[in-house]
Amino acid sequence: MSKPKFAMYWAAACGGCEIAVLQIKEKILEVAENFDIVFWPVATDFKYKDVEAMADGEILLTLFNGAVRNSENEYMAHLLRQKSQVLVAFGACAAQGGIPGLANVSTAAEIKELVYIDNPSVQNPDRVFPVERFEVPEGELDLPHLYDTVRALDQVEDVDYYIPGCPPEGPQIWAVLETIIGILKNGGDLPPKGTVLGAGTKTCCDECSRVKKEKKITGFKKPWEVPWDPETCLLEQGIICMGPVTRDGCGGRCTSVGMPCRGCYGPPPGVTDQGAKMLSTLASIIDAESPEKIAEIAATVPDPLGTFYRFGLAKSMLRRAKV
Amino acid sequence: MSAHEFEPRIVGFLCRWCSYNGADLAGTSRMKYPPNLIPIKTNCSGRVDPTHVMKAFAEGADGVLISGCHPGDCHYINGNWRTAGRYPMMKKLLEQLNIDPRRLRLEWVSAAEGDKWARVVTEFIEEVRELGPLGWKDQVADEYEQQEAVSA
Amino acid sequence: MKKVSIDPITRLEGHGKIEIFVDDNGEVANVYFQIPELRGFERFCVGRPVEELARITPRICGVCPEAHHMAAAKAIDACYGAEPTRTGKMLREILYNAFSAADHTTHFFVLAAPDFVVGPMADPAERNILGLIAKVGPEAGGKVIQMRAWSHELIEIIGGRSVHPVSTVPGGVSKPLSKEEAARVKEIADYQVEFAQFAIEIFNQVVLGNSEYVDLIMSDMYAHKTYYMGVVDENNKVNFYDGDIRVVDPDGKEFVKFAPDDYLQHITERVEPYSYLVYPYLTGVGWKGFVDGKDSGVYRAAPLARLNAADGMSTPLAQAEYERYFETLGGKPVHATLATHWARLVELLYAAERTQDLANDPDVTSTDIHSMPTGITGEGIGVVEAPRGTLYHHYKTDENGFVTACNLIVGTTNNNAAISMSLKKAAQGLIQPGGEISEGLLNEVEMAFRAYDPCFGCATHTLFGEMPLEVAVREQSTGEVLNTVRRFV
Ligand code: SF4
Ligand code: SF4
Ligand code: SF4
Ligand code: FES
Repeated sequence: MSKPKFAMYWAAACGGCEIAVLQIKEKILEVAENFDIVFWPVATDFKYKDVEAMADGEILLTLFNGAVRNSENEYMAHLLRQKSQVLVAFGACAAQGGIPGLANVSTAAEIKELVYIDNPSVQNPDRVFPVERFEVPEGELDLPHLYDTVRALDQVEDVDYYIPGCPPEGPQIWAVLETIIGILKNGGDLPPKGTVLGAGTKTCCDECSRVKKEKKITGFKKPWEVPWDPETCLLEQGIICMGPVTRDGCGGRCTSVGMPCRGCYGPPPGVTDQGAKMLSTLASIIDAESPEKIAEIAATVPDPLGTFYRFGLAKSMLRRAKV
Repeated sequence: MSAHEFEPRIVGFLCRWCSYNGADLAGTSRMKYPPNLIPIKTNCSGRVDPTHVMKAFAEGADGVLISGCHPGDCHYINGNWRTAGRYPMMKKLLEQLNIDPRRLRLEWVSAAEGDKWARVVTEFIEEVRELGPLGWKDQVADEYEQQEAVSA
Repeated sequence: MKKVSIDPITRLEGHGKIEIFVDDNGEVANVYFQIPELRGFERFCVGRPVEELARITPRICGVCPEAHHMAAAKAIDACYGAEPTRTGKMLREILYNAFSAADHTTHFFVLAAPDFVVGPMADPAERNILGLIAKVGPEAGGKVIQMRAWSHELIEIIGGRSVHPVSTVPGGVSKPLSKEEAARVKEIADYQVEFAQFAIEIFNQVVLGNSEYVDLIMSDMYAHKTYYMGVVDENNKVNFYDGDIRVVDPDGKEFVKFAPDDYLQHITERVEPYSYLVYPYLTGVGWKGFVDGKDSGVYRAAPLARLNAADGMSTPLAQAEYERYFETLGGKPVHATLATHWARLVELLYAAERTQDLANDPDVTSTDIHSMPTGITGEGIGVVEAPRGTLYHHYKTDENGFVTACNLIVGTTNNNAAISMSLKKAAQGLIQPGGEISEGLLNEVEMAFRAYDPCFGCATHTLFGEMPLEVAVREQSTGEVLNTVRRFV
């Protein structure tokens, strides 16, 4: 009997998700043993046409990482959906737009103007821009179309499961793959569609080793403005930490080295807009003698968009900046 | 669309203990104010989840008004203290999203202040009218449509 | 005219694509190397508090996030006027050198060595790390896995996470090293040095012991006489974390040496309409097109370039290896692109020794881990040597420390023009009149490309074999495929 087929694809991604898969180390052998790896650009034949030639649903499992930023990403999202029985949004970029989604503060034209004209190291008096179709003496060259708005995978295609994290942690990835391999071998039902896999159902605070007492703050601080202390909750010290509005799963990695959570595991169950939730949480712990004073402190929050929506702007209620 | 044809759509989140009654009073007293505001009754201004505010804009509102009890009069003691804390952060966020922060307004209106209610609403509607339509929903829809067209 | 597509050869910070045009005589007319991706970090870093860039910019590349984290940290130090404390700098440097050693290990064993150890003309199915293990013994595989795992453990101890570390703050790092952690770091550093020596041993036996390979490395097909760039310390020795940027000309003479702050006077970037990635060149020489030689501003970065640009290595074992390298390869500078692999091993040894030196310093466990900002200066430039070339981060801020401008020259970008040139040269050797392409020749294009390591430097090949490649010669007018060669496992 032929083995079930496995694919992994990166769209607008950094490659960290692919590296993260390798963090499962020798376990990758088990993946190779149980699956026939049919498409994995870093590892096997890269041609899109091979995927195009497959029957619908021929691939059992596709791990899709990266956001959808250009026409090529989108094409691949549609294609892999069609060819896969199970499509997983893998990593923060695919699940929530991730850091590439921060580009939704601007437009493609604005980015090109900055990168190809304004950047101080660029010399471009003739205003040459990369174009989608370009005639060279020998023939024609093309590039994908860059979109104004970055999208998460489920804003483009139907997604079965989510594995959050930027990148997801190795043990979590393995746990998911192991479960799926187990189901393939011994039967059993896959989790219901839409399930977030490889993460918990609580918040980052639940697994953070720091002790929370009473969350009351009188102002915002930066991590280096407080003395090193491995035990006290960072938020209680005034350092904006996304722990309360972030799903558990990483083991509290950033907070263990004294850096606040930035929310890469996405919102916990029941929260649709991670940033709005954080805004609300923060407002409730500001301590002052009057509403005016509270408002005054709240107004000093440094960068609500870049902090509360570090990984989730594309999937937030408003998705992008007004143009 | 020219400025006078444009009728702003405003969503109002009104605390049921004070502002909602204030609005009622304005109504029963036949005070005149434009009908552009869709009122939503909440238990306390502190219950207005910022997500709902974002959602209102995302779904096509041109302005959002949050109205609650005066500080000290909140039925839940300090629900409106939270509101006071959220408000500047929401404004800042809107600004970062290139949405004029004047499209969001917070007011304290008691049950007795029908006149204040009428004035606040009138003023706010005029302000938003000046700002013009936000057109959020259409912008996002257009953009997605274009993307689909390119990739097809 | 026919069009040959190698689509995509691999990825760097995006997906790569090579288009080769063949004229009616069957000869290569031109080669275009295209990067089809742009994500716009320069734009969305604007508006963020500058210290957050150390946590945002690593997402440019998940293969070398440590390099972005460090370049950002240094630029942030400058923006805050925070000179790192001795321990803060040491911890950063340990993390960074351990990362460099791990990255070089991956590249050498997984991508490069199989070509040499198993043989460039060997069956592709065997030309991978498994074939390598079969040849040099199973313990080699175990050593590579341990080297990678332990190095990542070290990165995690200091950086919090091994992909996308988080722990730098202005003037240092956020967390001190405990005694137990320090002991483990030392153990890992010792192992790294041992491993680096083992790697060089393998290279000696298998590559240098075979004159055919030495000839291949030195063959003209893989050579380009370009300028070379690398960061050097005050004694002109290679340094990954800190120093001035030195550029030598194609004869090996110093062309210019400049402080990171002056980079704008020396590097200019050019835009081509068919790629989203810009082409940097030396301002002092000027852009003359995709050509090598003294009159062309094209320069190279990364291991080959770094050894050419420096006068030596600051650690004893690496220095000895550096000397042997140039002696064997006929003196400085070495233009042979494939010598990059050996250069990478010299650097691997250096990085390991450097980590070991720092790990043995008693100050490593001091709690004086960061200084305090002295004020907002409004501008900062941070430069490190990323495995794939000199990495520049340049930020400007307002008086409150919010970013107003951000310019980035990323490691691989330095080599953008040189990669295009190398590909053309290799393609000219690959594609003979008549359109016949043989599989063995195909690997030569790949080897030329791989030496730059623009490739996704991960261990996938460990299991799945070679870099996948397909070359199709197409009739351009009809799109008809005349000849296809593919090689993948
Ligand atoms: S989720 Fe993070 S690690 Fe994964 S591709 Fe996106 S930026 Fe990289
Ligand atoms: S430090 Fe952050 S994650 Fe940990 S308990 Fe406090 S708020 Fe939660
Ligand atoms: S602490 Fe937060 S930002 Fe850090 S890895 Fe965990 S979820 Fe991601
Ligand atoms: S009850 Fe009216 S604001 Fe709280």
